[in-house]
Amino acid sequence: MALYRPIADHAVLVEFGTAITDDAHAQVLALDQALAANPCKGFREATPAFVNLLVDFDPVQTDHAEVEAHLRRLADHPLTPRTPATWDVPVCYENAPDLAEVARGTGLSPDAVIAAHLAGDYRVYLYGFAPGYAYMGGLPEPLKLDRKTTPVRGVPAGQIIIAGTMCLITTLVMPTGWWIIGRTPTRVLTGDAARPFLFDVGDHIRFHRVSEAAFEALP
Amino acid sequence: MTRLRVAFAGPHITFQDAGRMGHLRFGVPASGPMDRKAFAIAQSVFSNPPEAAAVEISLGGLALDCIEGSVTFAVVGGGFIVQIGARRLGAWQVHTLHQGERLVIRPGPWGCWTYLVFAGRLLAPHWLGSSATHGQSGLGGGTLVSGQEVIVQDARTLPAAEGAIPCPIWARPRPVIHAVLGPQDRFFSPESLDDLASQPFYLTNAYDRMGLRLRGPSLTPVGALSIPSEPIVRGSVQVAGDGLATVMLADHGTTGGYPKIATVVSDDLDGFVQLRPNDAVRFKLVSPAQAVAMARAADRALRAYVTRGR
Repeated sequence: MALYRPIADHAVLVEFGTAITDDAHAQVLALDQALAANPCKGFREATPAFVNLLVDFDPVQTDHAEVEAHLRRLADHPLTPRTPATWDVPVCYENAPDLAEVARGTGLSPDAVIAAHLAGDYRVYLYGFAPGYAYMGGLPEPLKLDRKTTPVRGVPAGQIIIAGTMCLITTLVMPTGWWIIGRTPTRVLTGDAARPFLFDVGDHIRFHRVSEAAFEALP
Repeated sequence: MTRLRVAFAGPHITFQDAGRMGHLRFGVPASGPMDRKAFAIAQSVFSNPPEAAAVEISLGGLALDCIEGSVTFAVVGGGFIVQIGARRLGAWQVHTLHQGERLVIRPGPWGCWTYLVFAGRLLAPHWLGSSATHGQSGLGGGTLVSGQEVIVQDARTLPAAEGAIPCPIWARPRPVIHAVLGPQDRFFSPESLDDLASQPFYLTNAYDRMGLRLRGPSLTPVGALSIPSEPIVRGSVQVAGDGLATVMLADHGTTGGYPKIATVVSDDLDGFVQLRPNDAVRFKLVSPAQAVAMARAADRALRAYVTRGR
């Protein structure tokens, strides 16, 4: 059962559970897509997360009760979910700053860390932290590590970083306490006005390995 | 065209337009002015559109030298001091700056943010269709630095517009701010909820465009340390494990896993950010329906003010 929580004067948070599950996230995406196809009066934007969808509205045009009624109607008539896109992302694991440390921390060899990372089936659960930071779930259990105790400053864009069960591609120079296990030429902030962010929430990502020479040669 | 050169810029002085809405789902907050009401009043002085850029000025202060041309400008928001050469003026006024003159804007008796707008088109870089500056990345209009040139295109001088702009009572600092409980008030004890509604809190120096940390009773969350990361809005009152509350502001992170005890209504955020560190603030809890009524009343008041001004 979904819970509808009013926020201030301008939003409703629809909650589909308290723990991260595929089912809860599927319901988030289904409502997000239904709302995009059939927006409520005064709709401003919707933000999907792990287990909930934030629906922001203009309080001059509508209110929480009207928006909640609209969302309940949408939830009663689910759409066929959009088929998510799958993206192939090349990764160069050579000279990654934290690969050896991740190997020590997980008790695997560096090659086994790489093999495990490549074997993961990743899906974008949400964006957060900073522009274009797409949180990808699906990191295999043997690679699960806590964050570093101290964040590292000035980590550049295009790094493949992992922590817990999540993986992401950095998009800006930012501090991070996650483990840097590779780098990619793929840019989630595309610079293309028609599609400024590469992934939609719900999209699948597959990583494939490239050598350092091939990485340098990529455009 | 009028050219200005930044002679001095303190920290957190940025280009802002009304905000970059619609990208929360990609990790991008709206940014835009900290005091949206002052910004809207400022742009209305010259009938500038909402996508027009302004310079947002912090307590750090700004000095601009006019190196070419003349332009009429307004400074709106807070009780800032404005000087042209040796002439000491104030915020909430319209004046004209001429070639060879220096404009200085610095903190005065009250407020943390003021807006410099021009009769003309202030040029600022865009990102995702907006010149609002996202502080952490610098994307958008960007931060002003000493030596930088600022260009106003189609600059006009409007002697008839010069003079004072009334500061409406609703554009002043607000030491009492209304908030709706939730969305995670269930993780707090009845005592903490009581403290939130009855005790004074104090602004700290941990204050920037991302958020403002408060000092006050500890609101220690109970059993909420592992909630899945969820969307944050401007005005979210987030409580970390140490029991300290932070009010999320224009450049807020878009998601987070700390519980939000309450959310400040949008009408009160402008007056809240014009309080200063060490000022006291009290929360008054209201229902969602009351919060909507406040938003509508605030919208009517702003519209009436701006229409009367024309």
